[in-house]
Amino acid sequence: MRYIARRLLHGLLLLVGVSLLSFLFADLAPGDYFSQLRTDPRVSAETVAALRAQYGLDRPLPVRYAAWVASVLRGDFGYSLAYNSPVGPLLWARVRATLLLTGTATLLAWLIALPLGIWNATARGTWGDSVSKVVLSFLLAIPDLLLAIVFLMLAVETGYFPTGGMVSPGPERVLDVAWHLVLPVAVLVLGMLPTLVRHVRASMAEAIDSPFALSARAQGIPRRRLLFRHLLPAAANPLISLFGFSLGTLLSASLLIEVVMGWPGLGPLFLEAIMARDFALVLAVVMLSASFLVVGNLLADILLYRMDPRIRMQ
Amino acid sequence: MTRRTKIAAALIFLGILHGLALFAGFLAPYPYAEQHREFPYAPPTPIHLSRLQFLVHGRLFGVREPGVIFLLGSDAYGRDVFSRLLYGGRVSLFTGLLAAFLSLGLGLALGTAAGFYGGWLDRLLMRAGELVMALPWLYLLLAVRAFLPLHITSVQAFFLIVVIIGGVGWVRPARLIRGVVLSARERGFVLAARGFGASDAYLIRRHILPLTAGVVLTQATVLIPQYILAEVALSFLGLGVGEPVPSWGNMLAEAQQYHSLVAHGWMLAPGFAIIPVLLGYLLLADAFIAPAGRAR
Repeated sequence: MRYIARRLLHGLLLLVGVSLLSFLFADLAPGDYFSQLRTDPRVSAETVAALRAQYGLDRPLPVRYAAWVASVLRGDFGYSLAYNSPVGPLLWARVRATLLLTGTATLLAWLIALPLGIWNATARGTWGDSVSKVVLSFLLAIPDLLLAIVFLMLAVETGYFPTGGMVSPGPERVLDVAWHLVLPVAVLVLGMLPTLVRHVRASMAEAIDSPFALSARAQGIPRRRLLFRHLLPAAANPLISLFGFSLGTLLSASLLIEVVMGWPGLGPLFLEAIMARDFALVLAVVMLSASFLVVGNLLADILLYRMDPRIRMQ
Repeated sequence: MTRRTKIAAALIFLGILHGLALFAGFLAPYPYAEQHREFPYAPPTPIHLSRLQFLVHGRLFGVREPGVIFLLGSDAYGRDVFSRLLYGGRVSLFTGLLAAFLSLGLGLALGTAAGFYGGWLDRLLMRAGELVMALPWLYLLLAVRAFLPLHITSVQAFFLIVVIIGGVGWVRPARLIRGVVLSARERGFVLAARGFGASDAYLIRRHILPLTAGVVLTQATVLIPQYILAEVALSFLGLGVGEPVPSWGNMLAEAQQYHSLVAHGWMLAPGFAIIPVLLGYLLLADAFIAPAGRAR
């Protein structure tokens, strides 16, 4: 329990640090949302100054930070100037879309990578392992960006799949969304697979080569039971950390693919917020994605603590 | 194949690819910005050897005016995609190299300082590193880029991007190098040298740094391709090197437009050009890691 509390506190401090740093950095950066208005000759300097004052941008940094922290604690992430709407609801719809995409892809990628990696580790030296190794290396060398564009091209040419977006015009239907999901999920899975399989194979191979595996085999423990009851838990340690990282990047892994495929997720929103210097929105996205990484790592730590007696001993 | 020949083969392969980009001025038939407005989106030209001229106008090959040669077709302004691919490789590949150089330099300096001196310096650097790692990498890159001026010249943009990508990426190499230095500091011959009165600078230069070479080399093979992809992503999103200077990223942004997807497949060339580069670095990384056994 104390271990978990310590990790939790550490994560919170990290988030506070990130928010402080973001404020400092944004303060040093040239221009804000209203500086574009300055280029318009019809808008006077006084109007811009008045707008700044209205939205509280003229207050000193510590005051703004305190106000922001207070409102976040109340669950309010501020007001997006570019979208002219509160950040909360704006973010919520986009986060849902992104999580739908990356959640599906991450689940699929792990469901494929685990058995494939385990099989590769048991079949080392056979031609099956070599073939899968070559194919995966080649996949690793194909940039996600290219894959996304090529898939989009195929969709345009064949017409079997929708060319981007999340829904067809009309009422939202589950099947329709699922149909739109196929291509971006495929790109994401193909992008994640090589790294995952590599790690599963490496940690399983280490477990298989360990002396306790040999002795268990000598005692006549059946192969399947040996593999899943004895070896997999022993190999799980690095995989759990990796899984935590997978969870942590749920919000951010698909940015490029969302932009290319027109998926209405967090990535395009973040990009637009950046271009418009919409600080409240940028900050909210940054904090949200940082929280995801922190929570993902925390979950991995807790899981490790429960699964691995070696850590509990320390 | 022994490890040595594997490394040599990968290095030669990568050398050729980088050489192609480096000597773009000689190998490309046209300058990157030369427009042939009468041939927008021309498909790849079939090659007739009898029409080719070699070593004309200080370039490797070309065809007699008013003929044109587009080995990989042309873009919306009738610019030769093959020439732009070579020139674009300069930007994309050398961003990767320079940024990795910067990251490793920073990582080496900070990691060695943290590991060798320990104490508050070590804690400060490692906490700062955790802050950097608390953000998804691409988000961090975009956020940092966003807070810097958006409208700048291509040359400024190139160096800005090198500094951003390289500057943001110091944490991982610094942590790994710190680990090596921590254990090296306690090695017998280091303690002995210290006992003979060797200065810190001498110890670091003579005994510690050589031990970090392995980590630095393997990190380089991991970081360079990652940074090439980062440049491509930034330029693709319009936050990197801008027109008319080509980069593989901003060329791909053109290829993504709907009419190009339908009918101008050759515009994807820069995307496919990344594949052999990444493969080369993967082979190199595998060859470096192989004797040590485990990945990473």
